[in-house]
Amino acid sequence: MPTLPSRRLEISYNIPISRTKKFWDGLREGKIYGTKCRRCGKLYFPPVADCGECYSSEMDWVELSGEGEIVTFTHIIVRPTSFQDQQPYTVAIAQLKEGVKALAWLKDVKRKDIKVGMKVKLVPRVSEDGRVTYEFRPAEKREY
Amino acid sequence: MRKVAIVGVGHSKFGERQDVNVRELAFESVKTALEEAGLTPRDIPYVSVGSIGVWYEEPLPAVAIAEYCGLTGSSLIRVEAACATGSAAVYSAYTAVASGYFDTALVIGVEKMREVDTFTAVELMGRAGSYLWEFENFGLTFPGYYALYATAYMNRFGASEEDLALVAVKNHRYGAMNPLAHIQREITVEDVLSSYVVAWPLKLYDCCPITDGSAAVVLASEEKVKELKVDTPVWIAGIGSSSGTGTLSYRSDFIGLDAAVKASRIAYKIAGVEPRDIDVAEVHDCFTIAELMAYEDLGFCGRGEGFKMIREGQTEVGGKIPVNIDGGLKAKGHPIGATGVSMMVELTKQLREEVKPSSRQAPMKNYVALAHNVGGTGHYCYVTILRR
Repeated sequence: MPTLPSRRLEISYNIPISRTKKFWDGLREGKIYGTKCRRCGKLYFPPVADCGECYSSEMDWVELSGEGEIVTFTHIIVRPTSFQDQQPYTVAIAQLKEGVKALAWLKDVKRKDIKVGMKVKLVPRVSEDGRVTYEFRPAEKREY
Repeated sequence: MRKVAIVGVGHSKFGERQDVNVRELAFESVKTALEEAGLTPRDIPYVSVGSIGVWYEEPLPAVAIAEYCGLTGSSLIRVEAACATGSAAVYSAYTAVASGYFDTALVIGVEKMREVDTFTAVELMGRAGSYLWEFENFGLTFPGYYALYATAYMNRFGASEEDLALVAVKNHRYGAMNPLAHIQREITVEDVLSSYVVAWPLKLYDCCPITDGSAAVVLASEEKVKELKVDTPVWIAGIGSSSGTGTLSYRSDFIGLDAAVKASRIAYKIAGVEPRDIDVAEVHDCFTIAELMAYEDLGFCGRGEGFKMIREGQTEVGGKIPVNIDGGLKAKGHPIGATGVSMMVELTKQLREEVKPSSRQAPMKNYVALAHNVGGTGHYCYVTILRR
């Protein structure tokens, strides 16, 4: 079919992180922070600056153990354009000890060994391209 | 609130439609819908356009389409509710007519998704959940979202990958009978299981295709229906809608969609019907797991029993509740903004008992039909109940 290629546009958004800066700084210091509402006590991970439950903006930063159990997972084989340079990756959701859930890549484990209920730890990481992030690793280290 | 009926429907061929641009694609459905209603563009005071955009060149599709279809000057709105955009556009037009604000309204659902390459489409859909917390660092894709539900569902209830495959096989069987469907080809369980993995446990044939398409419906008040002498008006008996968190990890479990449960209970209550009264349903099978969860969320069966319904053939023509007998999103295709409107078109034809071939016509007992249209992974949900 004949088509007319449009003009090209490249977009990157500058996402403000001033109000959750402690979280991003924490990752560089090896810590995982959530926020806890000073008024109603609700714990948030990922962290928020404002409580959607009681509308307070008085939040405390709480360091999380990162210890949890896998609730569900998937292996992403068909990857988006901006993840084409990555190998297929495993995304998991885990229930953390503190009562919140987290979603992140699960690394350092063979696909066939991943099970719902598996114990994992959420740890900060600086990626190869310099991005601060966090990932799950198996709580019990196995030899591969 | 006044009674509101669907008095005209139009539907383009779904598929890879690089023969038309977004305006021309919308025109195909608008033309038929207006002709069926016996109206001209000048008779339409309110136009609601459902389209996500981003995969095609026009940032203001409602304006471009209204201009092309001779609707400039009408009250015009563009609606977004992720993959439930079409139903949200219907909802907007329904409330506009039911409230007495307008006597007629036109709903146009349209999407042109094939103007970008597959990986870009995967990227744009993947970003549309919680960009900051689930895409930026983790590249979670739309098939990935539903795969997380599939893993949890299979683990909890003992459903298998074969059970998921049965949904695809059923919907492809009906899609093969629908000349407007994107994929008109039957497949086997083996085809599904041996297709490549997209987001484990979901494989290519567990996923709907990336599709271009449009659909349109004309709505009218009861007085207008009489004035137009419409033979077979199909009434909107109730619409329920709800929403869920964008960030999946904020949710309590991954075995059903709370937004769909809530939306359906509201719709049943307004329409005064129960699940057992439904003669035919269109449910949002963007992925095979989504159809099984829909059976349960809508109350067609109990929680954890959806895979038994598909095993027993209860959602085929002749079964308890025929579901997606136009091929569903799975085979008919899922042009995002068009899907909810396409559901209304199909159910209107089912309720008028004019579906060809007759093997694709659901038997009517109560003349009640239900459309379940989910945006994202239960980020939005609209349930619309129609009655003849």
